[in-house]
Amino acid sequence: MTQAIYDKYVSDHAMFEASPRVNGPAWLGKLRATGLAAFKQAGFPTATRGNEQWKYTNVGPIERATFDLPSAQAAEAVSLASVKSVSPWDDGWSRLVFVDGFYSAALSATQADGIAQVTSLAEVLSVDEVQVEHHFGKYVRVDEDGFTAVNTAFARDGAVVQIPDDSAATAPVHLVFLSTAGPTATVSHPRVLVLVGRNSRLTLVESYVSLSDGPSFTNAVTEIVGAEGSEIEHYRYLAESDAAFHIGRTSVALQRDASFLSTSLSKGARIARNGLSVLLDGPGSSCVLKGLYSTSGTQHIDNHIDVDHKTPHGSSEQLFKGILDGSSRAVFSGRVLVRKDAQKTYATQSDKNLLLSEGARINTKPSLEIYADDVQCAHGATAGAIADEALFYMASRGLDEDTARRLLVAGFANEIIDGVRLAPLRQQMQNQLSLETTRASAG
Amino acid sequence: MLEIRDLHVSVAGTEILRGIDLTVPTGEVHAIMGPNGSGKSTLASTLAGKLEYEVMQGEVLFQGEDLLGLLPDQRALAGLFLAFQYPPELPGVRNRHFIKAALDALLEHRGEEALNARQFDKIYRAATKDIGMDTELTKRSVNEGFSGGEKKRNEMLQMAILDPALAILDETDSGLDIDALRLISEGINRRRSPKNATLLVTHYQRILGYIVPDMVHVLIDGRIVRSGGRELAEELEERGYDWLREPASEIPTA
Repeated sequence: MTQAIYDKYVSDHAMFEASPRVNGPAWLGKLRATGLAAFKQAGFPTATRGNEQWKYTNVGPIERATFDLPSAQAAEAVSLASVKSVSPWDDGWSRLVFVDGFYSAALSATQADGIAQVTSLAEVLSVDEVQVEHHFGKYVRVDEDGFTAVNTAFARDGAVVQIPDDSAATAPVHLVFLSTAGPTATVSHPRVLVLVGRNSRLTLVESYVSLSDGPSFTNAVTEIVGAEGSEIEHYRYLAESDAAFHIGRTSVALQRDASFLSTSLSKGARIARNGLSVLLDGPGSSCVLKGLYSTSGTQHIDNHIDVDHKTPHGSSEQLFKGILDGSSRAVFSGRVLVRKDAQKTYATQSDKNLLLSEGARINTKPSLEIYADDVQCAHGATAGAIADEALFYMASRGLDEDTARRLLVAGFANEIIDGVRLAPLRQQMQNQLSLETTRASAG
Repeated sequence: MLEIRDLHVSVAGTEILRGIDLTVPTGEVHAIMGPNGSGKSTLASTLAGKLEYEVMQGEVLFQGEDLLGLLPDQRALAGLFLAFQYPPELPGVRNRHFIKAALDALLEHRGEEALNARQFDKIYRAATKDIGMDTELTKRSVNEGFSGGEKKRNEMLQMAILDPALAILDETDSGLDIDALRLISEGINRRRSPKNATLLVTHYQRILGYIVPDMVHVLIDGRIVRSGGRELAEELEERGYDWLREPASEIPTA
């Protein structure tokens, strides 16, 4: 990384630490210092050699761009109606809204069911929550890569969601991260910590969206812990602008018999990375990880999924599907690791892609690494275009090419979208897709 | 309804149809029979507008209008329907949704009002019952996981709902058990009316035991070598096709 840009992150950090808004407990100050040190050490993962984790995603444009620290004032100009217009929405959900990384109390509203504790990180930190200290930063390695490091260095705001033992949150919890992309490009580093107690249940939606077409950089880290017997349903909706950069890391740890069902719906950003790691840390824990990504123009979306089977009788299923248009690129990579003690593991990995144009490209690389001997594992990947035979068949029933393509694309996406249990989210993604195919065939 | 004049069609540079003349008047059912490779499916697909089938010469009038200048979807909207010999699968596209989209397009083209979900459902359910189609199948993706016979029934279901002026059935009778054959034949007989026409393309005489055609045409090597009434089909059943493969000078005109 060029010295000037690197210096800016460091001097911004000094400014950030000096800000009266950044106080909080000492342990977090120490963690931030560790983050900055790790970032100084690692920089962004742009190396062309020995950089397996980022092999197919060039983050050079993020490294070269200049981002200012955002202003907390931006939120004041944002109306609830504008948030609703770009995000899946249900008035019955609890929501925390963040504008350029700053929590907005005015835009947020939580359902008081006496179960889900949904608070902003800044708010929890002001009282130095013991639980938070105990878990914060424990499920991601600060030196995992430069992005996690710099996120940690700037950790100040975000969300904390806690569900006590033997409870079920009555309403889905929605965390909305909005980028305003004002006059200058800004960067936000949101942090999310989710703690779901024993035999408890939570539905969580994270939305990352833009309010304008300008450039922005969202560098988010989410840690989720499912205690024994808990059930977590998780959605990650990404629809930032075509000028936005988005790096997301979600780390999940599951204890005995906990289950995690996650669906990511990625429509975009200019360069986006959806990093998801799941640790099956107790016997009988399981995850189902699904994703739908739709790219066009010169977009680049990378889904990087790691599953670590540490204990026996675990199961993990991955089903990702991509719809690629224009000269966009997508990446599906990651690894399923089955450790020696993880006997009776069931693991699958599947990535299927629909290429709508000659210029679109997918790098797909599912991989399994197995050290246990009594396991059932499978993986596969496909990429193909819409079959002419299908188009002719549909034309012979009176459907014009535009309609036929839209039906086929929607059909391809249905396998993922149908599994989304929240209707507003399903609707939002369907709208995104039909807009997309209409635009693609018109151009 | 349909007039084909001196139609020559090539596929990948090879001439498959070598001068077809055929007239199907409104209100009639015609059968086109012929051995494998005679050009039957090429004729059916050409009429539906398949891109790879290049018309080198000749013309086709459909309801008095030039058919060959229309795109496949325009032909369908004009009232032409092809039941595919091998209907493709449309992954993720639900059968009911697909047929509703087709009917919506047709009604819109005619300037008629679209059906609401309940109105369509009524028609759809009645038609699946008529054709003996498992209602479970109708919830699946189009033709996905359907057996050969189920795919054929699905073609007939679409024909019944779209109610085309001209239905071209490309080997719809092959690969069917006797019950399915009877049900499908009943479906075809049901649509017989003085307002429409049907062209049955078949290899076997068997379906003609259920459907009495007004005319039978024999297609060999890309030409219609003989036309006649129903008795021609019976003759073909007894004698096969070889007796019709005679020197060119003795081939009777169609």
